Amino acid sequence: MFRLFETAAGTRWGAEQRRINWFKYASPQAFFPLAGTLQPWFAGLAAVLCAVGIYLGFFVAPTDAQQGEAYRIIFIHVPAAWMSMFLYLVMALWAGVGLALNTRLSGMMASAIAPTGALFTFLALWTGSLWGKPMWGAWWVWDARLTSELILLFLYFGFMALQSAIDDPRRADRAGAVLALVGVVNIPIIYFSVQWWNTLHQGASVSLMRSPSMATTMFAGMIVMALAFWMYSMAAALARVRCIILERERNAEWVADPLKRLP
Amino acid sequence: MNWGGWGEFFAMGGYALYVWGSYAATFALVACEIIFLNLRKRNILRHLGRAGATAQRVVAQRG
Repeated sequence: MFRLFETAAGTRWGAEQRRINWFKYASPQAFFPLAGTLQPWFAGLAAVLCAVGIYLGFFVAPTDAQQGEAYRIIFIHVPAAWMSMFLYLVMALWAGVGLALNTRLSGMMASAIAPTGALFTFLALWTGSLWGKPMWGAWWVWDARLTSELILLFLYFGFMALQSAIDDPRRADRAGAVLALVGVVNIPIIYFSVQWWNTLHQGASVSLMRSPSMATTMFAGMIVMALAFWMYSMAAALARVRCIILERERNAEWVADPLKRLP
Repeated sequence: MNWGGWGEFFAMGGYALYVWGSYAATFALVACEIIFLNLRKRNILRHLGRAGATAQRVVAQRG
């Protein structure tokens, strides 16, 4: 009986010891060296995955029966479009956390993600345009998918412009957060646009609900490229958030004093 | 292997402009982002270095 009590108490004590204090890394000072440690790993993974994805996309995946070689744009078009939506959700999530909990780092993360998200949105539109010309005969059509993706690009630009127009970074974070959160409504519109409206853009080739309607090697190349873009986004966002931390905290002792600044 | 030779590879079945235009834009923009990030980091570190040196000079002058 006594032993049982002791074991139970011991377990509880152990569990409390092992619990990670997640809020530790909510402070820019603690997150700065962590981001610096993680960033090269994400960058390295991105480079390796990109090389594997390009190899799969050009040398393993077969020629498409309908679209010939033009379909090989898919290996950047679809991953870029996925990242454009996913990064917006992550950006809005950080912005929302910053708005709710008033944590400085959350706003910095949202600002760090925005330019990379805009980059992938532009690439999704650019590669889509280059794919649309040979397949549809038009660089651009005002169908629901293309128009809502263009609105996403403007949302990213609006977020960045609004933030850079406000001098006080904390106020800029709050204003940007409201814009980012309102803009989230556009993400399901983009995603479901091909189902809700009669679009020239084709429906999803890949869905969580059913097996992909494409050759396995094509699918593999697309997934590997999506992972590469994801890892690149992490690396770019971490590199940018480190710059933002140094810029915003330049008067804090741990940044201003070179001896106290961690790598 | 899909290609008879490098010429065939670069021709992309007649879609060279579209396929390579997509890949070139992607790599160019990613390269630009990496360059801008490095410039931004260098600028802030240079600023901090100058600010740090000024602070040290002020402390030294005060004795």
